[in-house]
Amino acid sequence: MSESDDRVFKALADPTRRALLDRLYKHDSLTLTELESKLEMTRFGVMKHLRILEDAHLVITRRSGRTKLHFLNPVPIRLIHDRWIDKYTERRVSALTDLKAQLENAG
Amino acid sequence: MTKSNQTAPVQIYEIYIKAQPEKIWDAITKPEWTARYGYQGPAEYELRPGGKYKASASKGMMAMGIQGTLVDGEVIEAQPPKKLVQTYRFLFSDQHREEGFSRVTWEIEPTQAGFSRLTVTHELEGKPIMATMVSSKFSESGTGGWGWILSDLKTLLETGEPMA
Repeated sequence: MSESDDRVFKALADPTRRALLDRLYKHDSLTLTELESKLEMTRFGVMKHLRILEDAHLVITRRSGRTKLHFLNPVPIRLIHDRWIDKYTERRVSALTDLKAQLENAG
Repeated sequence: MTKSNQTAPVQIYEIYIKAQPEKIWDAITKPEWTARYGYQGPAEYELRPGGKYKASASKGMMAMGIQGTLVDGEVIEAQPPKKLVQTYRFLFSDQHREEGFSRVTWEIEPTQAGFSRLTVTHELEGKPIMATMVSSKFSESGTGGWGWILSDLKTLLETGEPMA
């Protein structure tokens, strides 16, 4: 499914969309109003970005009563990860990323 | 930030797999399949409402001295090959056991392109330990949560071999 990989990379190649994913990563689910609250962008602009994220399956929506909730779907990113990093390499990579996080937090 | 904490913690994972729904259903519910991806513990399902669910230690875990049932629960709804609703509890430690039963819904839908869409919805209200473990935020010794398990399941069904 390389076409879907393209959509994931394109969706990730934008700072606003990454910021939206960051917020969904921190919270389990958010409404459109919550998502747009800290962005200097029109509601329409945020919706456009969310559409691109949904097309890449990085964001899933579910209705809960009258509100529409947005969820981060990490699976497409996981698939890209698995393409280049296998179970055994991951240990070494995560040791390095852990070290980086520790050093940066200490500093 | 505080606002969304009021929302019930639910995690949703969606993956497209090039396989028929029946095959995906078997891969979720049959021990000979669950032993081949993810944590590789054989799962046993009594596929009727009120039926028991349990997942046991894999061969690799047994070699490390881990034994017995690691996850248990109950089947709430079984509609092969479309929908499975179950409760789900970790038995790794007393701490996990005390968090009690969460709820997992598996939905399999065929798409026109010949792929099937598998959606896993995990309701985790009041289960912070389990929520961290099953989310992709957890990563230790090369394993992970649903993202990793479903990715491995996809690889197995599409290539006949697990990832590693």
